Amino acid sequence: MGATAPTTVAPPTDRRPRPAARLRAPRSRHSVDRPRRSALLTVLTGLVLVYALVPLIWLAMGATKSQEGLLDSFGLWFDDDFALWSNIADTLTYDDGVFVRWLLNTLLYVAAGAGGATFLAVLGGYALAKFDFPGKRGVFAVVIGAVAVPTTALAVPTFLMFSEMGLTNTPWAVIIPSLISPFGLYLMWVFASEAIPVELLEAARIDGAGEMRTFFTVSLPLLGPGIVTVLLFTMVATWNNYFLPLIMLKDPDWYPLTLGLDAWNDQAATNGGEAIFNLVITGSLLTIVPLIAAFLLLQRYWQSGLAAGSVKE
Amino acid sequence: MTALSPPAAKGRPVRRGGLQRRRAWVGWGFVGPFMAVFALVFLAPIGYSLYLSLFRNQLVGGTSFVGLDNYRRAMEDPQFWSALGRVSLFLVVQVPVMLGIALLVALAIDSGRLYGKGFFRIAIFLPYAVPAVVASLMWGFMYGTRFGLVGNINDAFGVELPNPLSPDLVLASIGNIVTWEFVGYNMLIFYSALRVIPHALYEAAEIDGAGQLRIITAIKLPAIRGALAVATIFSIIGSFQLFNEPSILKPLAPNAITTYFTPNSYTYSLAFAGQQHNYAATVAIVMGVLTMVIAYVVQLRGMRKEA
Repeated sequence: MGATAPTTVAPPTDRRPRPAARLRAPRSRHSVDRPRRSALLTVLTGLVLVYALVPLIWLAMGATKSQEGLLDSFGLWFDDDFALWSNIADTLTYDDGVFVRWLLNTLLYVAAGAGGATFLAVLGGYALAKFDFPGKRGVFAVVIGAVAVPTTALAVPTFLMFSEMGLTNTPWAVIIPSLISPFGLYLMWVFASEAIPVELLEAARIDGAGEMRTFFTVSLPLLGPGIVTVLLFTMVATWNNYFLPLIMLKDPDWYPLTLGLDAWNDQAATNGGEAIFNLVITGSLLTIVPLIAAFLLLQRYWQSGLAAGSVKE
Repeated sequence: MTALSPPAAKGRPVRRGGLQRRRAWVGWGFVGPFMAVFALVFLAPIGYSLYLSLFRNQLVGGTSFVGLDNYRRAMEDPQFWSALGRVSLFLVVQVPVMLGIALLVALAIDSGRLYGKGFFRIAIFLPYAVPAVVASLMWGFMYGTRFGLVGNINDAFGVELPNPLSPDLVLASIGNIVTWEFVGYNMLIFYSALRVIPHALYEAAEIDGAGQLRIITAIKLPAIRGALAVATIFSIIGSFQLFNEPSILKPLAPNAITTYFTPNSYTYSLAFAGQQHNYAATVAIVMGVLTMVIAYVVQLRGMRKEA
């Protein structure tokens, strides 16, 4: 991805009324809202921008270089020969196309893990927001307490448990723990309590709709921005997951991209191993492009979802 | 975004009619699946590690109940303390730096005084979408004196910059990677909280002759205290969990990054290289409790000031 890509996508979002705009207090358009622009402030914030983008530019440049070019050219500019296409071809075909296998594994983990996590969070958040049921306070306390438990602290016992159950070294070992997102539950809860008017639910019930039908036809459409937000953040979590697959999976055939890249890097750093830094760099670029694209394309939705999440005081 | 208070069930006095009571258990139908999986992947492992931590498994003699011996061992374990000291240092330096930058950028974007603020917001956030593995590999390469940016700078200016992956600097280098990954994410949390402050407050303050700095300290910061507390808690949890970055940089800096570099690295090597499952579970529990206590204290402080 080049540094220019986001400019074409970003600007419109701010002026357009957002789906969640009605949740906020009405705001008068006044001169206070349109202060004078400051070049100095822009430059200062620009420093942070440079900090954020330079590594990404380095990665994009690195992906266009051969193994030799990496060693003897300046990191933030092109080398004489442009090797991006051959790098991509090599990455996809190296070791019988194991990278493609890792990509498909990652897609499986993301679809099942993030999809499932979002589904459970939406159902749970909706229940907490719109129903009174016995033990509701208990559910809340337990889940909030669990947010503070380091997930990595759970990894070792989870591994031992799963290994007793014969689940380690299978996709289930990665998918099942990914299904729980306490943060997602919290966000859906806040979002559902703001976005779904109780009167609407009452009306649907009076019309004789069952609870399931009410949920799918009345509530679900209203939860759109919240769902996109939770889905994106759980996608990032599963796509970027490293520790969990590291302990659960031994067989490289089940590796996600993150573990695969790490294995390639280890190979390159080992004495006698074939140095394939150009493939590690190109593979890294291919790994981040889909997520960055998703964030850029869906930003209108997830930004309003986040905004609504922070309305609650 | 005050994390720990349930959103008030607005304007919904609970009527206990016949229909209403039948619906009392319907909520469980929706929250049930979440809780079932939650019990399997959160509650069961916690219970299991508590159980494990009370036993010892020896080659000779098998498994035996040892009470709190494992905890006593952890208290006297210099490697555990060294790891804990390292992440504490990391926490005290990295978290304020990261949150400080994030807050300044959020305030700058929210002030409306930037050219192209939409671009700033999304571009600074982008590193969040980069996996820790890729971020560490990338920065690891750039840190390299061979074909990294550090090497480029050394060649271009004929200087000899200190190696970022040397034992003295590697913690700072890891701090830089973590800051890079999460500064934009925290910025967005703060920015989202700033956006919902009613602008009428600013107008009133300006009529009263308050300057920008005064508006920030008197209105904006108090208004986003909840978001600040949440971001601080998540950052503390993240620091104590530090594992990915040192683990991935290890092949590049084998002398600087030990097997007990962070508590998590230590747990990992105990469990998987040393096969000491019982002791590994104990260390994990100690770290979990410590994290919860500190998160709770931060939460209390954040709440009290809010009131």
